[in-house]
Amino acid sequence: MMALIEANLPALQVVLPLIAAPICAILGRGGRSWAFACIVILATFAISVALFAQTYAGTIISYRMGGWEIPLGIEYRVDRLNAFVLLIISGSATLVLPYARRIVAAEIPAERQPLFYTAFLLCIAGLLGITITGDAFNIFVFLEISSLATYALVASGSWVNKRALTAAYNYLIMGTVGATFFVIGVGMLYMITGTLNLADLAVRIADHGDSSTLRMGFVFILIGIGLKLAMFPLHLWLPNAYAYAPSAVTAFLAATATKAAVYVMLRFMFTVFGFDYEFQADTLRMVVLPLAVIAMFAASIVAIFQDNLKRMLAYSSIAQIGYILLGLTFLTETGLTASIVHLFNHAVTKAALFMVAGCFILSAGTCSISKLGGIGRDMPWTTAAFVAGGFSLIGLPLTVGFISKWYLVLAALELGWWPVALMIMASSLLAVIYVWRVVEVAYLQPAPEGTVRKEAPLSMLIPTWIFVGLSIWFGVNAMLTSTAAGRAASALFDSSHILWKE
Amino acid sequence: MSDIGIELDYIMGRYNYWLFCILMMTGLYITVSRGNLIKKIVGLNIFQTAVFMLYISMGKVIGGTAPILTEVPETIYSNPLPHVLILTAIVVGIATTAVALALVVRIRESYGTIEEDEILELEHDMDFGSGAAQGDPVA
Repeated sequence: MMALIEANLPALQVVLPLIAAPICAILGRGGRSWAFACIVILATFAISVALFAQTYAGTIISYRMGGWEIPLGIEYRVDRLNAFVLLIISGSATLVLPYARRIVAAEIPAERQPLFYTAFLLCIAGLLGITITGDAFNIFVFLEISSLATYALVASGSWVNKRALTAAYNYLIMGTVGATFFVIGVGMLYMITGTLNLADLAVRIADHGDSSTLRMGFVFILIGIGLKLAMFPLHLWLPNAYAYAPSAVTAFLAATATKAAVYVMLRFMFTVFGFDYEFQADTLRMVVLPLAVIAMFAASIVAIFQDNLKRMLAYSSIAQIGYILLGLTFLTETGLTASIVHLFNHAVTKAALFMVAGCFILSAGTCSISKLGGIGRDMPWTTAAFVAGGFSLIGLPLTVGFISKWYLVLAALELGWWPVALMIMASSLLAVIYVWRVVEVAYLQPAPEGTVRKEAPLSMLIPTWIFVGLSIWFGVNAMLTSTAAGRAASALFDSSHILWKE
Repeated sequence: MSDIGIELDYIMGRYNYWLFCILMMTGLYITVSRGNLIKKIVGLNIFQTAVFMLYISMGKVIGGTAPILTEVPETIYSNPLPHVLILTAIVVGIATTAVALALVVRIRESYGTIEEDEILELEHDMDFGSGAAQGDPVA
């Protein structure tokens, strides 16, 4: 039995939450479906840990779906990079679900809760599927599974605020256009190579050499995934979707959804197209680099002027995605390490901050910054978590944010791009402003008259503080994450040393 | 004259791509330009259908028949893989349309309209109008 499970771990990683989802729907009201979802997610997390441990030394697990020969059948391929991303996704889910119990009970009617947890499980299955699969078309299918579940999850915020509906609708339109662009890109690649397996694509594209079809394929995939990961001018769906989704959903999405899309981007750029694909290098440096820098500034500046705390954090997410993309555009191992480290660091930090926003909503009934006066005295632990998370967002030493920025600046200086390094630091100062606004209101302003606010329940505080704790722990002991990220980066780097034919 | 002949060949020989381009652009334009939420979904469907056509036409092998096994060993078959992929994509498209329509129903129930500009006006009122104070607890 154990041997059977061990041999099929990559499939179970996705299949377990996928099969559990409909069961969750028929389990009945609130408590039971929640407990069931928790058990499933714990098992999923255990599988991710096992896969991470198996691949940490550098072995690549290749799993044939249904026993079909590769590249004819669908391959699930786990290497250091996606084992790391799998760990981020299932780890975040494991922490968000216990947190979700109380806030979901407050935000969603009891008879809808089983369906909520069902959509949650489906979303996780989709995200894990995107990450683990080694097949280009399979990525699209899982992308849509996770996205459709996400639209439903975002729309379920409508019990609190009906604007969640329009937010979900806009997200749906843009997300579908993005996914369809991605399919067009994959179609172009299929046209010239006749294969959909990512590893096989890499070899055949290298044999094929450059052509206008390949370029079109690259551009379609870049824009399609850019829409999904909220690359700067394509980010319009994100602020409203994050602001009006139920708080637990926002915390989970901020930690995982864009991260899985970034992973797809990394996989395509560096495994499939390869580092030395000239057209890609030009596009990254001429188009993506300026956009990433603009995102860092523009989104941070917009964040300063937001009154809704969740919206402010959403804009800050767009800026942080700018940092992740910036790391890619350096096309060096250090830059890639910075991106992958920041993938983890931002997931931890943003999850903690959005969870704090959820705690505020539960206790104070609002997350409008102007109404949070004096909340630091009523909810000391929650507010302290916000301060710690905020430090990490700014990038102060001893937090994970510092580690990512350190690697980013290092990568920029390695190339001698000191203006970029300066801009990274300057944009961090903008983060100081928007974090400070909240801190000032929370500690220095008097509470509005007649408010009664209690500290958030332990079931919400503990997951929040675990995220905060992680962001400090990995900020002090940066070795583990940076080694993992560094190894993932070098694995990507090695896998794409296929020389291009003229 | 022969130059024009080549040009014509160039255009006619790739007619499936031209159709794909026209249909795709039409769909995308409807999605972006229409204010009616249902029409946006219609545009999205046209856009997706264009992609289905691209895939299916790329699987065509000249002289090939439908990929159903015949007894004759030297039969040339069209490539069935794109067809199968698109079968999946159609299912995904239907699911997306269903979710989108469900959302539109809910939007109609809570806003009383499915015109984007009227919804934006209502949302603007929620933010800055007189109802903003008691209106919603989150925003």
